[in-house]
Formats: sequence, C-alpha cells, structure tokens
Amino acid sequence: MYHYNDFDEAFVRERVAQFRGQVERRIDGSLTEDEFKPLRLMNGLYLQLHAYMLRVAIPYGTLNSRQMRQLAMIADRWDKGYGHFTTRQNIQFNWPKLGEVPDILEALADVEMHAIQTSGNTIRNVTADHFAGAAADEIADPRPVAELIRQWSTDHPEFQFLPRKFKIAVTGSPNDRAVTRAHDIGLRMVRNDAGEPGFEVIVGGGLGRTPMIGQVIRDFVAQQDLLPYLEAIVSVYNLLGRRDNKYKARIKITVAENGIDEIRARVEAQFEQSKAEWGGFDQELLARIEHSFAPPVFKRAGLEKFNANLAANGAFRAWCDTNLSEHRDPEHAIVTVSIKAHGATPGDASSTQMRVLADLAERLGYDELRISHEQNVILPHVHKSDLPEIYATLRDHGLATANVGLISDIIACPGMDYCALATARSIPVAQEIATRFDELKLEHEIGPLKIKISGCINACGHHHVGHIGILGLDRAGVENYQITLGGDGTETATIGERTGPGFPADEIVPAVERLVGAYLEHRKSEEETFLQTYRRLGMDPFKAALYPEKAQSRAA
Amino acid sequence: MTRRPFAPKVVAANDLLDGDAVWLTEEDTWTRDMGEAELIEDEAVADDRLLFALGQANFVVGPYLVDAKATPKGPAPTHFREAFRMRGPSNYPHGKQAGE
Repeated sequence: MYHYNDFDEAFVRERVAQFRGQVERRIDGSLTEDEFKPLRLMNGLYLQLHAYMLRVAIPYGTLNSRQMRQLAMIADRWDKGYGHFTTRQNIQFNWPKLGEVPDILEALADVEMHAIQTSGNTIRNVTADHFAGAAADEIADPRPVAELIRQWSTDHPEFQFLPRKFKIAVTGSPNDRAVTRAHDIGLRMVRNDAGEPGFEVIVGGGLGRTPMIGQVIRDFVAQQDLLPYLEAIVSVYNLLGRRDNKYKARIKITVAENGIDEIRARVEAQFEQSKAEWGGFDQELLARIEHSFAPPVFKRAGLEKFNANLAANGAFRAWCDTNLSEHRDPEHAIVTVSIKAHGATPGDASSTQMRVLADLAERLGYDELRISHEQNVILPHVHKSDLPEIYATLRDHGLATANVGLISDIIACPGMDYCALATARSIPVAQEIATRFDELKLEHEIGPLKIKISGCINACGHHHVGHIGILGLDRAGVENYQITLGGDGTETATIGERTGPGFPADEIVPAVERLVGAYLEHRKSEEETFLQTYRRLGMDPFKAALYPEKAQSRAA
Repeated sequence: MTRRPFAPKVVAANDLLDGDAVWLTEEDTWTRDMGEAELIEDEAVADDRLLFALGQANFVVGPYLVDAKATPKGPAPTHFREAFRMRGPSNYPHGKQAGE
C-alpha cells in the first residue's frame, strides 16, 4: 500500500490546520456562509437535511486495517456508530458537528486519510477496480496510476475551479468493474502491439440528468504520456466547458456539443505543446509508487481444509458460490463481504462491523481491504484454507449474507432520508425489495440481477446502468418511482431505457416483482440472465407485466 | 389573470453548529419544533421574515420559505420533504424522532 511521504503528510496536516481556523472564523462570525461554503466543500463537508455530512475519500477504494479501525473510532466518537460506504468508494458520516469536524480531519490525517476534493468543482477521488491487484483477469494493477493521478490532481493549481466536478476511474482488467464508461475520464490499461503498457482513454461519460456513455478519445496513450495527456484533456475542458449553465457544464456536454473529433484535435494540440515540459519526474514518482503496491507474498497451505468444509457445510458453500471471485493465485480467493443484509441500509457498516473487517484483514487478508462502488467491502487476498474461519466470523456479525450480484445486492444513494438534493427516498425502497425477495426465497433462482436506485436525477445510485434502474422523483408532492431497464455498467456499458409512467412508493415493490415474474416466465433457460433476456426480447414483455391494464385495453 | 392565493409559510433553516432542522418563531428565535414556528399568512410579511432570517448567519445556514398549514399543534408541513426534516431519516431512529 502507498504510504504518505513527508510532503503528503505536511500538506494534509496544513490543510487540517487551515480548516480548523476557517471553522473557528465561521463560528465566531468573521466568515459568512457564502465565504465559508466553498471552503467547507473543499474539505468534503456538506450540509444535509438533518445535519452536516462529511465525505471522506478512500482513494481507489483501498484501505488497511488501521485505517478501517480509525473510521470505526470516528463513527463512535463523533458520529452515531456507523458509516455509509458510497458508490464513489468514499465513506460518509451523517451526523458530525461543525465544531468537531477539524478533529475528525486530524484523526483521518493520523492514518493517512483526508476529505480533500471529495466535493466542489475539482478532480474528485480517483476510483478503480475494487479487485485491483487480486483479480485473475487483470492485465496490471491500476492503483499505482490511480495514486499518481491522486497526487497530480490534489490541489492542482489550474484545476481547483473547473466548470463542474470531474471524475476519473481506472481499470486494469478487460472486465470493467469500475464503470469507466460512465466517468468524465475512464482509463483502461491495455498493451499495444509491441507489448508496451498504456491506456485506452475514454472521455465524456457520465450519468446524472443527461446520461452518456464515454467515447474513446485515444486508443493508446503510452504510460509515460498519461499525466501530460490527462492534463491536456482537463485544460481543454477548463477553457471550453460551459460555465453559464450548471446542467451543461460537465465534460460530457462539452464533448457532445463540440464533437469528439474537435475535442480530440484540441487535446492533441495542447498535449503536443505541453508534454515536453514534463521532464520525466512523474515517471520517477510512479516507479516509487509502484514499489509500494508490490503484491504480498502469498502463503501456501493447501486446499484440503477448504474442500472438506465446502462438502460438509451447505451454507458456507452457498456463500462461496455468490461471494467469492477468482484470484490470480489459485490457492487464494477474493471475498466480497456483502454490506446488504436483507432489510438493512445498503452500504452502512456499524463500527463493530468495521472492526471485525479490520481484524479479519489484518489476521487473514494481508492487511488489505477495498470498498467497491457497489457499496460492499472486499477482502482482496484470502487463502482458501482461511475461508471457513472468515465465513464464521462474518456470520457472527451479520456480514455473511450470500447475495453478491443478486437482486438484494442493491445500490442505493442516501436519498431523501439524508440528502438535501434528493427528490424522494431510496433506502426504504431498497430495504423493501431485499426483504420481499428474501421472503419469496427466489433470489438464487433469479440469478445475477443488478438493481440500482437513485433518489434524484443526479444519479448517485447509478440507476441508468442498473439492469433494473429506479429513479425517485417528486410528482405533485408525492414520491414517485420511474423504472429503467437494460442498463449495464460493465465493458458493454449501456444506458437503461425508461419503461413508462412511474409508480407511487407503495406500488414500486410489486412492480419489480412483476418484472422479475416476466423474466422468469420468458427466459430461455436458467442460464439466461435477466439482462440477456431483456436484450433478446426487448421491452415489450416487461412493459406488459408492468402495466397490465394498458396491455388489456390494447387487446380489447 | 387571477393570482393564486398565497400559501402560508414558515421560515426553515439548519442550525449552524449541528446542522439540525430549525424554524423561525415570532420571537425572532429559532426552534427545533416546527409546531412552535411562526406561520406567516401574508406574502409581504414572509419576504420580510426571510430577510430577517438571512441576517441570522451566526445562528443558522440557508434559510428559506416553505409551505406550511395551520393545525391545533401549530404549523405543520404540507410537503414530504419538510415532514422528513421534522422527523429524521426513515432507516434509523435518529434525529428529531429520537428526541435529539
């Protein structure tokens, strides 16, 4: 894992001290809210419906046990004993008090963490494949480059006041688990014909009010050219991006309005002009960073114990079937710990659960944890002989739900239970869907199905790329939920299509049930997933199930 | 053209120190119970009260006018957003519903 050098340490401490002074001046009246707001947002502090909310960056989703324990400590000491893991690999605390936030930031700095650039019109926390460094299908670990981008973008003097926020995601695997096509810039690590490492650069993706799939601006940027090339893109956007209309300010609109060819030409010109100024220091830095991401020495212990447990314990076997992914080392596995117990709040972990996860990581997981954009926690390296013990410990703490990738593994934004921007609630809808399908005992039969719920058009819950997407709106003073179908956030990224009129809160769960019923009725075999069935048949059978009255009146 | 009648309002905001939902009272203080807020029936008065609230930056953040209705227990929300602010989140017994 990367460890702060003296520069990082001094910078983060200085920012804490600055913010402490700013908070003091806000409270004593020297600063107005208009003056203070941009300062608090630069440090990840929002004001929500019931309280302040502090968004803490977990760069590229990577944590060690010490950091996770510190998050648990913060949750207990300054919040209400839990934290909320988000779709951007951050953690949010929902109840901090203004005067105590500098102490929280100090406690984060103690474990090399911060909340810088988790808000505002800057380059935000860089996200990455949560299986980075562990996945069997990986070409290269994306985290060294993600860390390089973090250092380059943090406090970048030219990019503190961009037209709008800017999100970069990196994947080192052809199977895209980082939703790179829905980011302002998506980076896919590839090799060229000569076998040299580089990046396919995707630009202009994004969800929100105007969802768009990113386009390839360059199919190969050599590794040593990455930062100059990224800087060229963000510079072009900084000048060209619209500042007259907040809703047209993201780079996806800049790309759509100017065309990818025009953007590409401008970026290339800028890149040609500025790349010579770089001088290679970034590559020295990258080499040092790469060193700190060297893989652990994987232990050897045989698989007899694992296989014996698999044969003897059905519940363990079911959990292994859904919650394990293939590790690059055949004796190891990647464990996805579901933070989606049926009926619980997606992404919320109690301080006790955080400590349990930290202990497991430290003892049996080479001291590594990841947060996924799907709001689960990953133990990226676990020897298979340790899985029975891990499973038993997780089970004792409500963390062994065997539902990863299934209908109850729902992404949900905080919605109007917390968020000041929300137009409807998300969490109760997620809770009810998960509870209902658990009662029906259907979720394993249904198989892979991603439901994603957002409580407003800004789409923090990624509803556009859910196989079933749910968008909560305010329709004449009543919560109303629109459904989209066929979305996909992987390498075959697709924006879901709206089915038609929305449903009131008490009808959305039955509507989802009818959709699932239509899938079960129409699928060719148990192997055909919901998404495959939708792609084969299109919207019609699902629409007929959703709006039976309409289908009847057409038939009559 | 007939103007729509003015819907009664309260001035809502968040407390500066802990962010909790608060409302403006007739006594120019801030209450955490919407039932104790001043129900404003006149548009000109509403504008005036909002101006007053905007000058309370040392106590509250982001004051705004929001629709409310008269009830025996004082002003009550007409929209679910303000009702949630009055109660707290639905996934935990936190916030005002916990008596905090």
